[in-house]
Amino acid sequence: MSDVADRVRKIVVEHLNVDAEKVVEKASFIDDLGADSLDQVELVMAFEEEFSVEIPDDAAEGIQTFGDAVSFLTKAVG
Amino acid sequence: MFDLTGKRALVTGASGGIGREIAKALAAAGASVALSGTRVGALEDTAAAIGKDCPILPCNLSRLDEVDKLVPAAEAALGGLDILVNNAGMTRDNLFMRMKDEEWDEVLAVNLTAAFHLNRAVLRGMMKQRFGRIIGIASVVGVMGNPGQGNYAASKAGLIGMNKALAHEVASRNITVNSIAPGFIASAMTDELNDKQREAIMATIPANRLGTAQEVAGCAVFLASDAAAYITGHTLNVNGGMAMI
Repeated sequence: MSDVADRVRKIVVEHLNVDAEKVVEKASFIDDLGADSLDQVELVMAFEEEFSVEIPDDAAEGIQTFGDAVSFLTKAVG
Repeated sequence: MFDLTGKRALVTGASGGIGREIAKALAAAGASVALSGTRVGALEDTAAAIGKDCPILPCNLSRLDEVDKLVPAAEAALGGLDILVNNAGMTRDNLFMRMKDEEWDEVLAVNLTAAFHLNRAVLRGMMKQRFGRIIGIASVVGVMGNPGQGNYAASKAGLIGMNKALAHEVASRNITVNSIAPGFIASAMTDELNDKQREAIMATIPANRLGTAQEVAGCAVFLASDAAAYITGHTLNVNGGMAMI
């Protein structure tokens, strides 16, 4: 498991108050992890803070699952 | 239930009138209050009237570069923010046919756009701490309209609508967003009315008197307190019965 994935998982677990085992690649924040639209915005803001990157709105819309977030942030910080 | 001990507040337009009374009332209820306005001397007078250590944060709300520094400065000074009172406002009255673009733009910028920026800026901290109280000081004019105040009425109606939309968005995070719409409040401006003008105004107010800034401030304390925890998206009309809506 990459460092980026670990950091993203930690944020998701803390923010959505879910078990780490549930945060798998295909897990959808809204459908599987119980997030609402505000949670999603907060997650994106938390990712921005953690990785010191800007995530534009159209990119944020594409981040629906844990895997989406990891792949976007891996590219962004790489 | 009305105790605000430990709460941290930012009040704009705290240099005089209603804003000063709101700052004093929040402080009297126990809150730490950061004072913003354009006139430093008047803000210092407010701080002296409060008698506690209040951060003084001068800001010209018509300049967005200054507006965007205000919330970070208040959060740094107080260690966070629990209460935001968008009280600052201005008028540039003119009949519609004579109203200049600048008169429209200036009033909308200070009364509405600055409030939008400040609301947006406080959300991050309030969402994280799962607590917040945002209060906008609107006006009966925003609800009823008033000749010569098309710009002011639009800005205050806009504030009420904006606060309702935001109230929807953040209610689940224990953040309430409300407005207060004062009617005629005794001030330096109403002191200048002549007897005839005063009589005409009184005829429209069932209470038959002007309101006081303290009577508006008390409502702000209420909306900031635990007593109002289940009230959001509301507009509290404080007008002596002038508009029963």
